[in-house]
Amino acid sequence: MKLTTVRNASGLAICFVVIACQRQHQDIRPSPTQLAIYGDAAKEDALRPGGPVSPQPTVNNPYNASAYDISEGQRLYNWYNCSGCHANGGGGIGPPLIKQHWIYGGEPANIFDTIVKGRPNGMPAWGGRIPEYQVWEIVAYIRSMNGEQPRSATASRADMIQPSPQTLVNRTNDQTK
Amino acid sequence: MPRIREEAVLPRRASYGWALILLAVAPLTAQIQNQPDDGQWPMAAKNYASTRYSTLGQVNRDNVTSLKLAWSFSTGTTHGNEAAPLVVSNTLYVVTPFPNDLYALDLTKPGAPMKWVYEPNPSPSSQGVACCDTVNRGAAYWNGKIIYNTLDVQTVAVDANTGKEVWRTKLGDINLGESITMAPLVAKGIVLVGNSGGEFGVRGWLCGLDAETGKIKWRAYGTGPDKDVLIGPNFKPFYAKDRGTDLGMKTWPGQAWKIGGATAWSWISYDQALDLFYYGTSNPGPWNPEQRPGDNKWGSSLFARRPETGEAIWAYQISPHDIHDYDAVNENILLDLAINGSQRKVLAHPDRDGYLYLMDRATGEVISAQTFGYVNTSEGVDLKSGLIKMNPTKQTGYNTVRDACPAPPGVKDWTPSAFSPKTGLIYIPHNNLCYESQAVQANYIAGTPFVGMNVRMYAGPGGNRGVFSAWDPVQAKTIWSINEAFPVWSGALATAGDVVFYGTMEGWFKAVDAQTGRPLWQFKTGSGIIGQPVAYKGPDGKEYIAILSGVGGWSGGVVSGGLNAVDGTGALGFLNAMSDLGKYTTKGGMLYVFSLP
Repeated sequence: MKLTTVRNASGLAICFVVIACQRQHQDIRPSPTQLAIYGDAAKEDALRPGGPVSPQPTVNNPYNASAYDISEGQRLYNWYNCSGCHANGGGGIGPPLIKQHWIYGGEPANIFDTIVKGRPNGMPAWGGRIPEYQVWEIVAYIRSMNGEQPRSATASRADMIQPSPQTLVNRTNDQTK
Repeated sequence: MPRIREEAVLPRRASYGWALILLAVAPLTAQIQNQPDDGQWPMAAKNYASTRYSTLGQVNRDNVTSLKLAWSFSTGTTHGNEAAPLVVSNTLYVVTPFPNDLYALDLTKPGAPMKWVYEPNPSPSSQGVACCDTVNRGAAYWNGKIIYNTLDVQTVAVDANTGKEVWRTKLGDINLGESITMAPLVAKGIVLVGNSGGEFGVRGWLCGLDAETGKIKWRAYGTGPDKDVLIGPNFKPFYAKDRGTDLGMKTWPGQAWKIGGATAWSWISYDQALDLFYYGTSNPGPWNPEQRPGDNKWGSSLFARRPETGEAIWAYQISPHDIHDYDAVNENILLDLAINGSQRKVLAHPDRDGYLYLMDRATGEVISAQTFGYVNTSEGVDLKSGLIKMNPTKQTGYNTVRDACPAPPGVKDWTPSAFSPKTGLIYIPHNNLCYESQAVQANYIAGTPFVGMNVRMYAGPGGNRGVFSAWDPVQAKTIWSINEAFPVWSGALATAGDVVFYGTMEGWFKAVDAQTGRPLWQFKTGSGIIGQPVAYKGPDGKEYIAILSGVGGWSGGVVSGGLNAVDGTGALGFLNAMSDLGKYTTKGGMLYVFSLP
């Protein structure tokens, strides 16, 4: 009977480990990620002069899926005062980051590009100020506010007054029902 | 009715013809105590006493129901239109939000066609350091020039006839988080201009510029050693709490005063007889009070200074160690009132903290301080010490504080009041907001926000978020009030016709009875109103009422900035209280001008 309990417990533990894998996954960093976004990947406009061109390369966020990266992104988002302008996604001085329509593109490469280069109507250029992997983590966090990261990796509990990404996604879904 | 004499307005000179009045334009700004009302509107607050009272009485409480739209003009902008139009020499001048274009409209021709437009082309990047929408609160007329500020920290003077730039002076740096949104005041040939950026860790200042050349004559900082604050031997604060050496440094931890805010982003009044001008400073920065133990002088303070030198004569810190973002920048209306049998030269200051401070403007003594809205963050002002008694249960910080009233925009924000010498009442556009907050550590990174406070605001008791009320400054009490669904974010205008005008964020432009507050007339403009109504006499002798419509500002950012209220902490917590505004109004700046048929 004791043995069964132990077996059950270990079975449960294994179960938890498997579930928690995604949450605990961490990349060794900083590893220089590709700078392809400075090339063609971060196009912002659907208009292509001269007609259709070959599909643009996709730049994936190397810090994309883990709960650790997203929570680090959240910490850094506050640390670098992103929250000062964009609040916890609702915006204020800057535009909201919880949205359907992105001024400068909502793909990870676009957001990375916007953070690094800045934008002429008030978005500061953070290139050279924030390490590249941290920019990617901030990108992951911003995407999580829009439900564009795995739910299993997105915090669901609010940090008191500051709403959690999952809270924001739920509220957005409620609004669009 | 209390015996009240309002010093800015003399008996009307009925014998003066309009042409004669026009000739009087040049000396118009020369005097305050003898500042006659010639039917023009030469500065945002109408006169140096900041009464926003027009002696025009053609539109009155009996005929205002017939008020009709005379003409309109699009400002071509979709951000908050907070400016007061100016009217000088049959020309109406209006400054837009960023990009701060200046339009001159010819009032002598049907439909007031454009005479010229002046485009200062401020840096688009300055939009990133404007805390609360890219607004501009207007210009000032002086000696043939229209003088105003651009968002990217410049002051420009434009020839009022030709629209040609006369001078341009850069006063600060957007890369330090500085911007300018205020309307300047010109006193004794000195242009008074203060910076914005209390949410960006700037060091606040107010500058005096030569109105003819734009040359900076002096700069009075809001923090730092006395020599920087322009505090010298003539500085005589009324209360002991405001006396001492280098308090602008010593009341801060370490070097925090260098990034401590205390900007001068709002109104200035001027008393010519005393030769003092009055203004208030913003909140100390960052909002998170745990990062700045001490009184944080001279944040949230009133100053009286000399225009020619900037020298401080007295100061009164309204909120020592401000913990609620209660800037002291609201208008100071200069009045002569009979109080307890003696005539006093006072200033009336309806503060963010919810008290209307009635002060002796020569000495800085507080005569009375009573609340004009719901307040639970403090429990009264001690007139002996000048100290406000804060409520310890609403002490903000890393702890979560709930149901603190008023919210950071205060019982009243920048929205300027008006005073009618006929009724003796001050007409106050204001808020009814409470909030919850929790601080987080703010990092100082030059040119980015320095706030460190998560805030959520909501309607105060009663559920209405705005109030328009009439206040008796002698009895220190509210005479009547009108509840509005949204914060009343427009200015007020009082006229000799016993009519008071204001606008709502839904877009209604309203006229009410100055005595009773009874609604008399309203007109639905195209967008929410956060502008400042003005009255002027047209070349045809008729009285006109003008107002900018175009929602935005801190309260209206949910519409003008397309913000997402799913996150209530947006717009420094204002989003939580304004999530439904988009159901009532859309953005777009338009000037509306009304007259009787």
